[in-house]
Amino acid sequence: MKSNFILTKLDQVISWGRKYSLFQYPFITACCGMEYMGAVCSHFDLDRFGAGWTRFSPRQADMLLVVGTISQKEAPILRTVYEQMVEPKWVIAFGTCAVSGGIYDNYAVVQGIDKIIPVDVYIPGCPPRPETVLNALIKLQEKIKTQGQEWRWKRRKS
Amino acid sequence: MEKKEILKELEHQFAEKITATSSDFGDDTLIIDRKSLLEVVQFLKQKPYEYSMLLDLTCVDHMGREPRFEMVYHFFSLTAKHRLRIKVPLSENDLSIESLASIWKNANWLEREVYDMFGVSFTGHPDMRRLFMYDGFEGFPLRKDYPLRKRQPRIRLRK
Repeated sequence: MKSNFILTKLDQVISWGRKYSLFQYPFITACCGMEYMGAVCSHFDLDRFGAGWTRFSPRQADMLLVVGTISQKEAPILRTVYEQMVEPKWVIAFGTCAVSGGIYDNYAVVQGIDKIIPVDVYIPGCPPRPETVLNALIKLQEKIKTQGQEWRWKRRKS
Repeated sequence: MEKKEILKELEHQFAEKITATSSDFGDDTLIIDRKSLLEVVQFLKQKPYEYSMLLDLTCVDHMGREPRFEMVYHFFSLTAKHRLRIKVPLSENDLSIESLASIWKNANWLEREVYDMFGVSFTGHPDMRRLFMYDGFEGFPLRKDYPLRKRQPRIRLRK
């Protein structure tokens, strides 16, 4: 009983720490990248929520931002990047193209990145306003907080 | 609309090789047979015309029409400051045409793109491979009979 109490508190502490120290890896392929820059730089400042540190290697990141259209040719690259990230990791689909393929309902484009990798938060918009991005980040932080020590990869079947 | 001088001169020069000419909205167009493409193009590249710049090279699929395909070349003369468009009809049964890659270097990738999207093969091209689509992609996506929602993913998709 006593040890359970300590573990729960530890979980909360870890979750609290995690949600304010997201290291992001932006996977930018298209025009949404401009809006990403707007959201990250000082006007809107993603850093206020603790996700300001852009990592340039997926191995050091725990939040993957998929910004822009993902073509069929790019799909294996995105999956490799996702697999290179260490757990725990979260994915945000940024913009309509990443969410559903957007206007590109054709031979070349993946119809939503959730066809390739699991997605935690979807940001609609073409492109999304920076406020939407901040809102999505807060949503993701709420998810991380309630998710606790879920250790998703232990439960994963495949 | 009055035809440009160049079209008149070319009609005179290649009387039996030119199928038709037109000059709509300031764009002078020449429709020729694919056999005489290289000859006409090389003639145009020399002085006095100097159409030395290949602006673009693409293909059009007129499905249901015979001949079905049509190659479109855009040339620009830097001395005359004038654009010229050359169209070459291509039949679906024999979809090949002379490559311009030996004359214009940029034709190399442009022709690879046309091959990738329409399946036109260029004889004499140094490297006839797909340009945009990946290995294993079947069909030619910009043809009108390519199914709109046909997908050919490279990796197994989730769900």
